[in-house]
Amino acid sequence: MLKLPIYLDNNATTPMDPRVLEAMTPYFLEHFGNAASRNHPFGWEAEEAVDYAREQVAKLIGADPKEIIFTSGATEADNLGIKGVYEMYAGKGNHIITATTEHKAVLDTCKHIEKSGGEITYLQVKADGLIDLKELEAAIKPTTILVAIMYANNEIGTIQPIREISAIAKKHGVLLFTDATQAVGKIPVNVNKDGIDLMAFTAHKMYGPKGVGALYVRRKNPRVKVTAQMDGGGHERGMRSGTLNVPGIVGFGKACEISMIDMEADTKRISKLRDKLEGELMKLEEAYINGSTEHRLPHVTNISFKHVEGEGLLMGFNKNIALSSGSACTSASLEPSYVLKALGLGDDLAHSSLRFGLGRFTDEEQIDYTISAISETVLKLRDMSPLWEMYKEGIDLSKIEWAAH
Amino acid sequence: MAYSEKVIDHYQNPKNVGTLDKSSKKVGTGLVGAPECGDVMRLQIEVDDVTGVITDAKFKTFGCGSAIASSSLATEWLKGKSIDEALTVDNMDFVEELNLPPVKIHCSVLAEDAIKAAINDYRVKNGKDVIKFEESVVH
Repeated sequence: MLKLPIYLDNNATTPMDPRVLEAMTPYFLEHFGNAASRNHPFGWEAEEAVDYAREQVAKLIGADPKEIIFTSGATEADNLGIKGVYEMYAGKGNHIITATTEHKAVLDTCKHIEKSGGEITYLQVKADGLIDLKELEAAIKPTTILVAIMYANNEIGTIQPIREISAIAKKHGVLLFTDATQAVGKIPVNVNKDGIDLMAFTAHKMYGPKGVGALYVRRKNPRVKVTAQMDGGGHERGMRSGTLNVPGIVGFGKACEISMIDMEADTKRISKLRDKLEGELMKLEEAYINGSTEHRLPHVTNISFKHVEGEGLLMGFNKNIALSSGSACTSASLEPSYVLKALGLGDDLAHSSLRFGLGRFTDEEQIDYTISAISETVLKLRDMSPLWEMYKEGIDLSKIEWAAH
Repeated sequence: MAYSEKVIDHYQNPKNVGTLDKSSKKVGTGLVGAPECGDVMRLQIEVDDVTGVITDAKFKTFGCGSAIASSSLATEWLKGKSIDEALTVDNMDFVEELNLPPVKIHCSVLAEDAIKAAINDYRVKNGKDVIKFEESVVH
């Protein structure tokens, strides 16, 4: 039986895997200790659980457990990684290179650094969402200390060529930070093979709990250090003070372990469903896939349906299907997605986009329902759209003088 | 963001979707908004040239649920009104009737603008002056 509503917004967050919850539960109740309490069994149990989770997390990304710094999530890890390098390596330079399609947690961190005297280069992306490696290399200068490029994009799923980016950064003695929030647990990410120096990721995008994430900080070749952004008890090797979220960390560890085991089978199944969804929706007239279809996460697709507005479209089925749109009719600015605009999409297409994030618990029945609900709504709204009527009459919409407001 | 029941009802059962013959002298067409802003409304009125009463109204809208509901409601309100009465419809009437939240006020402004644009189009077609309106504040 099809259960409604259907959740297809797995890039925003994922449901917890029941196996994760099961692993966490004892650490709320009987094993409630503070991992920093060194003098009694409650503390020892908690510390042991954290150590084990640290190994599970490290294993998923091919790291050493000592290289994992637990945080409250990816936003904190982005802040700690970027600001921490900026402050620690101030003697070497003040220039950071990033890209316009990064998550706000990276972009706003960079803006903060700009205000405090740092210099940031924002690389444009190509129409497929990938950065231009030549532009990256050309942007590096003697004062460059960090390249901060995301592993995979949250709106369009585009996977950046991290290994090539790393090779360029290494050649010039620059550190590489990557926000891998959407990639870790979904596709193979290995900090050594990929040549990553710092990496932010989080549990709740991989069927773990909210409120826990990690910053990977390389310890060898080169040994990387970050300046702590919070003062306190010197937890996490002095890089992140604050009592550890033991149940959350245990859940994060379990989520990593499950992802590692299930990744191949999950990817195979989910990408097949994604391809079916995409293939069927692309049969509608004037539908466009946003971003690279070649270098893309297996569970993501972002499609624009021309001449219908995204939020109006969502309203047709959002009681039954959870999705997000690149349109921003709810925000006061009325600005559509900056990621889609960075691809060179016109505002009209950016306003017409839907983002689909499939997940471990998505099944074929849900996809079939989604295909028919969305197709119906698109057709209904096009019947109601003056732009569709004009398009069908052969009127060039770009030649009309719109009373912009 | 939750929509009001009235918005949902207009969205699900929009009133008077369609197209009137824009070449007819009896028909006034208002096309407002821009695709870049995510809202385009086209409102059309058909006017009885003897009585000056709006006998029919149709709309087509590209936009969010509130924009669709505002234009659907506008067509309902306009039918049976004289041109002079139609000119008194204010954007706040839409806000109140549809319980629009602050971020959706621009939808109501657009609906008011569409009514005025349709009336002016009708006036011009029939040899009358364009009525100059004060610029709407909220856009």
